[in-house]
This record gives sequence, C-alpha cells and structure tokens, in this order.
Amino acid sequence: MAATRTPKTRSKVTIDDYLLSEHQLEEMYYYMLLARRLNERMLAMNRQGRAPFVIAGAGQEAAQVGAAMALRKGEDYVAPYYRDLGVNLVLGMTAREAMLNLLGKRDDPNGHGKQMPAHWGHRERKVVTQSSVVTTQFLHATGIALAAKLRKDPVVVLTSCGEGSTSKGDFHESLNFAAVHKLPVIFFVENNGYAITESTEKSLPVENVADRARGYGIQSAVVDGMDCVAVYQTVRPAVDQARRGGGPFLIEARCYRLWPHSSDDDDTRYRPKKELDEWIKKDPLTLFRGRVESDGIFPKEDLDEIEQRVAEEVRDAAQWAMMQPDPEPEDALTFVYKELD
Amino acid sequence: MTTVTMPQLGESVTEGTILAWLKQPGDPIALDDSLCEIETEKVTAELPSPYEGVMGEILVPQGETVDVGAALCTVVEGAAGAAAPSANGHQSSTARASGWSGGPMSIPPDEDKKAPAPAGAPAVEATAPPEADPREPAQAAARTSTKPDQRQRFYSPAVMRLAQEHSVDLAVIRGTGVGGRVTRKDVDAAISGAGTVAPAPAVESGPQSAARAASPAQSAAAYTVVPLTPTRRTIAENLKRSNLEAPQAWTMVEADVTGLVRLRTREKEAFLRQEGVELTLLPYFTLAVCETLREFPMLNARWEGEELRHYGALDIGIAVASAHGLVVPVIHGAGDLNISGLAKRIVDLAQRAQTRKLRLEDIEGGTFTVNNTGSFGSIASKPIVNYPQVGIVTMERVVKRAVVRDEDAIAVRSMVNVCLSFDHRALDGVEAGGFLAALKRRLEAIA
Amino acid sequence: MATMTVIEAVRSTLDEEMARDDRIFLLGEDVEAGGVFRATDGLHAKYGERVIDSPLAESSIIGISIGAAHYGLRPVAEIQFADFIHSGFDQLCSEASRWSYRTNGDSFLPMVVRAPWGGGVHGGQHHSQSIEAYYSHMPGIKVVAPAFPADFRSLLKASILDPNPVLFLEHKRIYRLIKQDVDNAPAETQLSRARITRPGADLTIIAYGFMLHESLSAAETLAGEGIDCMVVDLLTLNPLDTETILESAKATGKVLVVHEDTLTGGLGGEISAIIAEHAFEYLDAPIRRIAGPDVPAMPYHHAMEEFFMPNREKIAAAARDLAAY
Repeated sequence: MAATRTPKTRSKVTIDDYLLSEHQLEEMYYYMLLARRLNERMLAMNRQGRAPFVIAGAGQEAAQVGAAMALRKGEDYVAPYYRDLGVNLVLGMTAREAMLNLLGKRDDPNGHGKQMPAHWGHRERKVVTQSSVVTTQFLHATGIALAAKLRKDPVVVLTSCGEGSTSKGDFHESLNFAAVHKLPVIFFVENNGYAITESTEKSLPVENVADRARGYGIQSAVVDGMDCVAVYQTVRPAVDQARRGGGPFLIEARCYRLWPHSSDDDDTRYRPKKELDEWIKKDPLTLFRGRVESDGIFPKEDLDEIEQRVAEEVRDAAQWAMMQPDPEPEDALTFVYKELD
Repeated sequence: MTTVTMPQLGESVTEGTILAWLKQPGDPIALDDSLCEIETEKVTAELPSPYEGVMGEILVPQGETVDVGAALCTVVEGAAGAAAPSANGHQSSTARASGWSGGPMSIPPDEDKKAPAPAGAPAVEATAPPEADPREPAQAAARTSTKPDQRQRFYSPAVMRLAQEHSVDLAVIRGTGVGGRVTRKDVDAAISGAGTVAPAPAVESGPQSAARAASPAQSAAAYTVVPLTPTRRTIAENLKRSNLEAPQAWTMVEADVTGLVRLRTREKEAFLRQEGVELTLLPYFTLAVCETLREFPMLNARWEGEELRHYGALDIGIAVASAHGLVVPVIHGAGDLNISGLAKRIVDLAQRAQTRKLRLEDIEGGTFTVNNTGSFGSIASKPIVNYPQVGIVTMERVVKRAVVRDEDAIAVRSMVNVCLSFDHRALDGVEAGGFLAALKRRLEAIA
Repeated sequence: MATMTVIEAVRSTLDEEMARDDRIFLLGEDVEAGGVFRATDGLHAKYGERVIDSPLAESSIIGISIGAAHYGLRPVAEIQFADFIHSGFDQLCSEASRWSYRTNGDSFLPMVVRAPWGGGVHGGQHHSQSIEAYYSHMPGIKVVAPAFPADFRSLLKASILDPNPVLFLEHKRIYRLIKQDVDNAPAETQLSRARITRPGADLTIIAYGFMLHESLSAAETLAGEGIDCMVVDLLTLNPLDTETILESAKATGKVLVVHEDTLTGGLGGEISAIIAEHAFEYLDAPIRRIAGPDVPAMPYHHAMEEFFMPNREKIAAAARDLAAY
C-alpha cells in the first residue's frame, strides 16, 4: 500500500502522530472491516435459515482490534469473550474459519461443532477456550498469568468481557488475586452500554467500570472504544508494563453495541432509537476511514480496494464453509477425557 | 391384643393378597376403619377393622398372598376407645353387622387352633358343614404361617438362570433362604451334587409335591416353571373339586335359531339407540334358560354338602373370560328381567369383571350357569359344572347350515348347539333331556 | 518409609512429586503454613513460591488452576473442606470438565483438586459433607476417593499425571486413623479401577473412603458368624469401574452398597442401576443400600451425627439380612 500512497502536504497530522506504522494502520482497517462484513454476512445467513444463531461485535471492532494489536501474536495469551471476532481475526483466525465456526462445522478449530458460534479457542494462537458462562475466563487468564510468572516467561495475558460481566464474583476474585500476586494480566472491559436488555446503570453504581479496579489497587484507564488508534495507544503501554512485571491493568473501552444482543433479540423493545442514531454517527469504521482519509494517510482508492478485498474474502468464506463437512453424530461422544499417547 | 385374619372374600376363595396396608403400627383404629386392601381372584376389597383400638403388628407384608384365616395383623383393643367390647363378642357382632358372608376375620386366641369357619354360602346355617375340604383342617392349621410357601415359590433371577443352564428342577431343592427360599447357593450345591436335593420338605405335603420330588433333578426335559397366580390356583382348585366330587353327565341338542337371529338383526340398531348397549344373542338365550328353569326347577339348585337345595329365585351365573382368568358373576333375580334388563346386566358384569371391579355380592349365590362358549368359535363343548351348582349350559356358535326341514326341503338355517353338563347326583337324564328339549323349543319359537 | 498414616501418605507424595516435576505447584488456603490438616507441612519451606496461599475464594482456586494447567503447569489445588467447594462448582463443571471435550483434545487440564471430605469428626453441617455425587455426575472430571495410605500415594501420583481434572477426595476421619505399611501393601496405580479388597462368596459389599473400613470391619465380624463377605473398594468414583462392580456382583448375587452420602441420588443408586441393567440374571436378592438419611446435612450433636453415619454395626445388620435372604 505504501507504494500507492500519495503524501498530502496540507494535512496537519502525519503518520508519526499515530505512533503506528502504515502497515499497522492498514491492518487495523482491514481487521475491523473484515469483522464487520463477516458479522453482516452471518446475520444474513441467519435470516436465510442457514445459521441458527449469530452473536456479533458490531460497534466494538475498534476496541477489539486495537487491543489485540497491542499483543505479541502467538506468545501472549488471550481469554476473550463471545463478541471478540475482531480479536480473533487479528490473532490469525481466517474468514473461512469464522464461517466454519458460525455453522458448527467439523473443522471449526474453535469448537468442532460442539460449541455455539462465537465461543472461541485456539491453542496455537494462544486463544483460551471459552464457555457461555460470563467472566469465568477472567480466572483462567489470571491462572495463565500466574503460571507464566512462576515460569518466568515474558508472557502477558489479555482477557476481555462486557461491562455486565463485571458484576460477577469471578471478576472480583480475579482482580484480587492478580493484584495480590502482581500478575501480568490485562483486564479489558468492552463497555458497550448493554447487558442484553439491561443498560449500564442497572449493574454499575459507579461511573466507570475502571473505578472498580481501585478497590483492588489495580491501575486502570478509560479509553474511547470507538477509536482504534486510541485503544491501541492505551493498551500497548499497559501490556509493556505488565510484561516488565508491573502487575495487572484494567482498561475500560467505551464503545457501543450497534446491533441487538444476538440474532434472537429485538432491541427496539428496550433501546431508544435516538440513542442508537447518535452512536451510529460514531461508528468506528466510518470514524477510522474518515480520519485516515482526511489526514491523508491513505487515498480513497486504497481504502476502496481494501473494501473490495474484504467483500470478496467474506463471500468466498461463506460459500466455501457451507460446502465443508458436518461433524458425524457420533462425534458427540469424543474427547470427554483427554488420552495421553 | 387381637388378631385380624384373612376373611373369605367370596365363596370358594381360599386365599387373598394384601394389596396395601392402609394403617400402620401405632395408628389409632376406629371400628370399621379400613385396615388394608385385599385382592382375591374374585374381588378387591378393603378390610374394615372388626376392632377398635390401636394398630399392632403387621404380620403379612404388602404384596404377599396368604390363606383365608391366616393372621394379617394385630390390634391392641380399647387403647383408643373407652368402651371397647370384648374380643369375642365384638368379633361376632362385627362379622354379622358388616354383612361379610365369609369366615371370621379374627381367630380369638383361644380358638386359633380351629379350622376356619364355614365358608359363605348366602344362607349359612349352624349345621352346615365347612366348605373347606374335610381332609384339610390339619393342613390349614399348619399353614397359618404361610410366608414360607410364598417364599419357596419365588425364584430370584440368579436361581432361574442357573436352573435353566443346568437343567435343574428347582422344585426338588430344599431352600435355605428366608422362609425356605431356594437361594443361588442352594442351586450351586445341587449342581455340584453336594446338595440339598432332598425328600420333599415337611411343609410340602400332599400328592403334588410327592410327585414332583419323584422326578429326578437331572431330568433332561427342559421346561419352564410358571408361577401360579392366586386366581389360577383357585380356578384349578374349584374345577378339580367339581370333577372329583360331582359325577357329571353331558348332553347336547341343536336348535334352529334362524328366527332369533333375524329378530336380533331387526332390533339391534333401535336397541342400541334406546338402551345404550349392544344387543347380542346372549340375553335371549339367558331369558330362554330362565323360562325353562322354571319348568325344570331341579336344575336351579345347589348340592351343598349332603343337601340338595332347589331355589325359587333364578340367580344365573354368566361365565366371563377376563384377562385375569375365569370369573362367573351372577345375575341375581334374572327371572325378573326382560331382554333389556338382561342385556344391561350382562354388559355391566362383564365390564366389571374385566376391570376387577366386581363386588362380593356379584359373584356369590349363583344357582345355575350360562356359558357363551360360542364366543370362542366353539360349536360343541363340555363345560364343567360350577360347583356346588348342579347344571351349566353353553350356547355354542351360531352357524349357517343346510338343514333338511319337515317338508323334506333343504334350507339354509342358522343353527346353534346347546350343551348341558349336570351333576348326576342331583338329577337324571330324563330331567336333563327334558330341560334341553324345552330350551330348544323356546329358542326355535322366537321369531 | 514403611508404616504411615493417610495424611503422611498425602504429604510424602506431594513432596516426591514436586521434587520430580517442577511444573507442579500447590494452591489453596493456608497451604504455606501447612494447611489445617497439615497435608502440606514443610513444603513451602522446601519449594518456596510453588506453594501458594490463595485468598478465601474457592472459585478462584479452581479457575486459576484451570488457567495454569492450560498453560502447561500441574496445579494441585486444595479446598480446605470439601463443603466449601461448591462456589467453584461452575469452574469445575462448566469449565474444567469440558476443556478437552470442547476443544477435541487440543487443550486439556492436568490438574488436581484435593478436598478433605466426610463426617464422623464432629464437623457439623459444613465440615462433614459428602460431595462426590455432585461431581461424579459430571463427565469430564475424574473423582477419586481412596481408603488406604498406599492407595492414597499411588492414586495421588496417578491423578497428578493424568491429563484431566481430578477431584481427589481425602476422608478426614481416616487421615490419622488408618496406618499401613505402604511398601508392602497393594497399591492401585490406575484411575477408574476398583479393587476386590476382601474375597467372599456370600455377598458383596461395595464401599469407598471411611465406609470401606467400616465395611471391612463388618465383614470380619460376619466371618465369625459364617457369613463370607466380599468387599469392593471403588477407589475411583468417576468414571466407575463397571467391570469390577459387575464381576463382584455376579460372584455372589447379593449386593450391599454403602456410603455416608445421603441416599437419594447417591452413587449407590447408580451402582445399583449398573448391576440391575447388566447382571440382572445373576441377582439372588434385591440390591441393598446403606446411606446417610435424606436430610440436608450432617447434624452437629454427636448423638445425631452417630445416627446419621452408617457404621460397621449397621452394615453388619444389613449384610446379615441379605445373607439370610
């Protein structure tokens, strides 16, 4: 892309101000866009009767991609939550794998047809297998961080959840343990405004989720979760600090769930249209594209080219995945216990 | 402390099964409180307490079958009520008041060695001899505790499997388990020859067990021992008795029931509409039997002990093949009923026989029996007299046949055979033949 | 080494295993000071940061062990009393049990959760529970409950080596009650294997934990009366060794299952069902169960506690009935 870039002298902001390479910025846009287009295609497939269930991350792509890009791929661990398609794409999940996951196909590397869609897990990519029970993964992340610390491995763990999950005991037990033992774990809360139908004030008596960290003596920050660059620039130093032995960090990314909770939910029953309209204006994709275009980082054609590439990739992934083998019914009986060779 | 015993629920009933205990030890008992639910091959009924007081010990567990007269439970009298009458006085008054026609429900301590009291024919008199076999008293007393018998008859899965695998006759093995039950170890011992293949145990007296003991355990014949249900045992007992005691003769006539069949065909739809039950040939047949019995009252009778009793009322038994075995409910006062009345009573009794809802009075006091063997497709059968009655008549299947008529013409007619078995002690062939001929006339006259 | 108690068997095994494999670490309440039952006595001094006091939060003890095991370490967690484990039920049953299943074996959890359990120690409602039935209902977790010191040693080793989450139950009553010459005693080295501890021809008693000892004692009494009892030590409660259960049931045709866990939904029901399904034709008597009564928990007062607990007399009485049947 660098070859096609045309410098724009009238820009006040230069690439140096992003503290990111051109390549990283291109990746950012690509992953956010891929996440969104995949989610759109998935929802369409649900409405066509091809996929029983979709749970998406629309509106949270900037937070997810920005945070994941702050990690060392294949070394640092991630214990994500179900909306984190963007995180998984950054860590190496392909569009085809995402579609296998949606359809519960045999070869879905996440759940092999045994898990619902969006229940991630990939051992080589250091993505920890997850369940539908919220916030349990916080303890797994804490345990991994403890193990890494015991082994003196330079590993950082990032675990994520929505703001609704921060009411659970496992959230608090994790923060407490990680703080006591100064573990290299980043607690990344994607505050998207809703826990299914419950808006934030129903579960959060303080202004910010980040305020909860103070009770455990954990450093915290609140960042605009619709701004991918800002998220990266907040998470990255926290990761570096944790890696150096600085202990855990809680980051609250303020974003917004642009879609209903899931394909089974009707958000018009509880969400004011005006509120949604306001947030649509802050859609992280339009925000990012507008900014890099106006700052002259990438010309329009390049961004259009990315759009086309992503559209083609998504179309191919959906077509391909539908042709892939289903699990055998008897596969339901496999791997109850791990057998060592 | 007074003992409550198994009542005789129905004539010729010899045993009953405890379906459920409705009172538990320590429960206060008022007079006529239901103590337990009892099932016999004929009826299912609750046993109203003959005593007032407190429930003592349960002597027969739920599900067990014991002989009539066996102790079921004890009641500590008077503990709950102030003025409880004495055991004996109370017992007899209850037995009368509650209208049970069976033997006493309790054997007072001073009488418990005696044989069960006479069984309940409707009009038991003090002089009537016991219905129980005269040979039986000693045996009956020995069976007061009948649990061992029951246990001996139960074979566990392990015992059944081993017996089949090794062709062992379980009947000849002496059981060492609870109540003489044959255990797996007993069978193992028999197989290895170490065994308890023994002369018939003392408790198993009588010709059957002697015969079984005679058959060697190594018998090559493979067979399955079918446990006898209470119903099956009673049917067997009654029929055996009828055959042993009543010299029975048999005779048959055939009747042209073309008119009857046509009449029934004409009437059946309207009948169903008006009466709500199906019209079959059986009510017509029963009506004809009743009318004929009036003409030949010596067949409407019972041979009771040494007495031959002729009855005025026509209480006609109808043999019903239920899923639980043969039952013969009685249409009391059948002589007073018309076709509609008979049809309804027959349907009612048959249904209740199938669902085991017959009451005691439904099965007692028959004076003659009608058996619709034609329903099985039979065209001739030899029924066994329903002891102590003296006659039983069957209606065989109605079939169309080519018949030579008076004017030497051949016609297709609906024909039925009517068979009669009778106790030759009570009457002779001339009466029986006269009865059948008169019955035939009546059937053929219907048009 | 020779003769040792159950608690010494546990402690010595943890010590040996930690010396053998530096991936093994201990996590639990008070474990640095040796634990309330002294099972980890001296280990913190010897292994330092590999013996970790946890905050009083059972879900975290199990959840953190999951993470560490996923990472490749070999956590041996201690729940101070089994009664307190249920706040970690979600982590054990919603997470740990499914780790291998939901990843088709890509990920797996070589972790052990030790938990002192059982009654007869005047522990009242929350220091006496039998928790095995809840967790034995969960495929994906293994549940082990030995009775003899030698088996504690061999099966704790096997549990640590196993690539699956193992709930290792240590009956409190026998911690110091039972001694054994562990060098010369039989020791089961495989999970999911039961042992016929005492051969016998008349009836089979199936038990585990403290009740195994009570059953052996009852069998000894009955031997004097001419009743020959086979006694089976289940050792592993999930998955059950159905082969040995059926073999022992078929051998005598009469089975008595004993546990101090409450009757309804207890393992006795499952064992009875296995026998009824697969050995029906070998049964010579109804299967009998002796268990704690169906009350929510063990009461505190010793009279009520004694009433609750099955013991050798109750077992002997039931066995006598069964033998006579």
